[in-house]
Amino acid sequence: MAENTLSIKIGGQAGKGIKSAGQMLAKLATRSGYGIYTYTEFPSVIRGGHNVTQVIIGEGEVNAPTMGCDLLIALDRETFDRHVNEVAENGVLIFDENNSLDTQKVKNSLNLCPIPLNSLAIEAKDVELLENTVAIGAATAILGGDISVLENLLNSEFENKGNELVEANKKAARLGYDFAKSKYPTLIKNILGKKADPEKQMLLNGCEAIGLGAIAGGIQFASIYPMSPISNILHVLAKYQERYQFVFKQPEDEISAINMAIGASYAGARSLTSTSGGGFALMSEGYGLAGITETPVVIIEGMRPGPATGLPTWSGQGDLQFVLHAHQGEFPRIVLAAGDIRESFFLTMKAFNLAEKYQTPVVVLIDKNICDGDQSYPIFDISNYNLDRGKITREKNDSYKRYALSEDGVSTRSFPGFGNFFITNSDEHDEEGFSSEDSNNAISQQKKRMQKLASCENNDMEKPELFGPETADVTVVSWGSNKGSILTAIKTFPNVNFLHITWMNPFPTGYVSDVLKRAKYIIDVECNYTGQLANLIAEKTGIIIPDRFLKIDGRPVFPEEITDKLSSILKS
Amino acid sequence: MTKLTDLTTKCSPNWCPGCGNLAIWGAFKNAAVQKGWDNSNTAIVAGIGCHGHIINFTRITSFEGLHGRSIPVATGIKIANHKLNVFAFTGDGDCLGEGGNHFIHACRRNHNINIIIHDNAIYGLTTGQTSPTSPHGYKSKSTPQGNPDYPLNPLALAIASGATFVARGYAGDIQGTADLIVKASEHQGVSILDILQPCVTFNKELNHTFYQKNSYKLDQNHDVKNKEIAFKKALEWGEKQIPLGVFYETDEPAYESQLPQIANNPLIDNNPERKNLTDLFDEFT
Repeated sequence: MAENTLSIKIGGQAGKGIKSAGQMLAKLATRSGYGIYTYTEFPSVIRGGHNVTQVIIGEGEVNAPTMGCDLLIALDRETFDRHVNEVAENGVLIFDENNSLDTQKVKNSLNLCPIPLNSLAIEAKDVELLENTVAIGAATAILGGDISVLENLLNSEFENKGNELVEANKKAARLGYDFAKSKYPTLIKNILGKKADPEKQMLLNGCEAIGLGAIAGGIQFASIYPMSPISNILHVLAKYQERYQFVFKQPEDEISAINMAIGASYAGARSLTSTSGGGFALMSEGYGLAGITETPVVIIEGMRPGPATGLPTWSGQGDLQFVLHAHQGEFPRIVLAAGDIRESFFLTMKAFNLAEKYQTPVVVLIDKNICDGDQSYPIFDISNYNLDRGKITREKNDSYKRYALSEDGVSTRSFPGFGNFFITNSDEHDEEGFSSEDSNNAISQQKKRMQKLASCENNDMEKPELFGPETADVTVVSWGSNKGSILTAIKTFPNVNFLHITWMNPFPTGYVSDVLKRAKYIIDVECNYTGQLANLIAEKTGIIIPDRFLKIDGRPVFPEEITDKLSSILKS
Repeated sequence: MTKLTDLTTKCSPNWCPGCGNLAIWGAFKNAAVQKGWDNSNTAIVAGIGCHGHIINFTRITSFEGLHGRSIPVATGIKIANHKLNVFAFTGDGDCLGEGGNHFIHACRRNHNINIIIHDNAIYGLTTGQTSPTSPHGYKSKSTPQGNPDYPLNPLALAIASGATFVARGYAGDIQGTADLIVKASEHQGVSILDILQPCVTFNKELNHTFYQKNSYKLDQNHDVKNKEIAFKKALEWGEKQIPLGVFYETDEPAYESQLPQIANNPLIDNNPERKNLTDLFDEFT
């Protein structure tokens, strides 16, 4: 393995089970006791087009994709043409021996491993669709994996689809495994051998983590209109709603999504909605409605490159300033950004508590790389989580005032049906909620609302994590999914540290300022054109970061790119 | 027991004298007294427009949202607590212009909510522009040469979109309107009540005299279960040709009655605390 990780790429036409092949390899690894990270690239079509999934396997936690790979499984010629040059020295190429590939361009150090994928698939069950499973069987052999782990996996993956399919897949895997094992004995490496008593690991993507985080965070209602890259959140919530006694509703559009969530929250349900940037544009009016009506709502915003349709199935970080500023006027908004799948889970849980505690919208930003990538983790521990519903009264009180002024800016909520009269009003309103255009009232209500942000800053805001030494030659500042690649890259740079920011509003100005003031050299890493985090830092701290490594092609920041950048900074 | 005096607030209505909203407000309060609606069992939602002011004058817990969005807010409330009587007050511009998409989807989903359209065929709060129900040729500040667009028919749209209760009232007939509000509330499923409501300030054509002269009540033999006849009646409009009453009503399971999660109690009473998720996490191993 290169630097203790092994990278496998599987590519082929969309619809040929590329993603599920990646899943199988990933689970083979996690169930054998290894950590994994997967990265998938696909176009916005269901069939046709080029799909590629990358599985990175290592000891312990694996946090990032890599540019190159050690094993390439090319299910079609396009995969070969596009990716063969990415294979490392002494790497392996598995491909169908009947695909007449231009092996002239293969470098000498590459080990060719042609396999009759198609004919073995047909031998297994007369269908070409099993080519991916044959290839996984062959890869298992080459990596020294345990075929019984793979067979158990196929049992559990396909049991819902009938015994016939289970057996066909197992046969296909076995045929690929046996063929590779007998034909290429010298290529076999002991990389994926099953460990004794491997720790049970979860394998999940960011959308799944958010769905689970919402369930753990006490969700009662979700309304989500499908959109890449967050649709998998609604798939998880729809599936588990009955078991956990909450309701998922698919509305007619994102405007309805946020307004339904606001209505449900007003009536007393912990509510969530989710969308991508385009849908958030439609939600903008509801965002401010939640602000002025002081209605809690959690909004998960999954970023992809815009504007408009943009690059719908690729990743971006272009919506930070958008969610910080969307909607007319001013209202307290809490904006958090997750840096990986685990953070997505725990920030979603936290967002529910913050939303109800401060009775205001809480946005959790994630980027597509987090939504769609899988990573393995030990089982999440939720034992420290306590549901916080904030100030709520269930008593009837004739002098109840929904928007009573208070020191921390938070008033007590009541819900319709509890006997209390109150108006929840999008017009500026007095303490009971009646529309009011009175000057003093307008000032006191707006101050009360904005006070909530100061209260949140004082009571709940967390300082960013600083990885690496307290003082360093270079300080990397970043957010979102770049975290994993930066952490991977700085392992080999003892004099580099990394400031990972998750709280965007309120903003940890003091701490960020302290870290950056003592930094000798700062590099900002983001996936947008303008350096939106760097601009936010400048706005809050006055510190300008001139050196910005910005990616705008929808691809992740790779550890290799950070390594190159750091090397060139340190050289100069 | 709800008394009329229980429903008043510190605010006096600020609608123009003679405004149809005053009559709809009166009709709603009469219906509330008749049915015992109060802060223990009812929530009202309004959009933005003259109609939306109703929340300030009615002592029942309310939510005034955004222009066009009263229906999704009402839907969220109903799902969260289906024991509540939920009324979505909206206007012709609010419901059929800005919120048209929500309207047609609410019709097909059969949430057990009551959608009450204050239909004055004009934008009153913005001082008199053409609305989606203004007649063709109608002159207003936005159509000084006459409205080149044709009006939308809320009843026909509701029936075509799958609404299970579709009715029309005339605001000036306060008792008749109150009866229709009661009927709408008793219907299990989505109820659409379009109320013809003169705007005495900006709509000089569709005034009280016009509606009194040209409306008539659907007779007792009108078959409310017959969708085709209801549709035909909904298309009627003109001199002496404006039917009032229940056009269509059919029994279909209300949305909320189809959710096993809330079969026993309202959603807000389901405990959100989930301490042990081991089984769920295991599914992701």
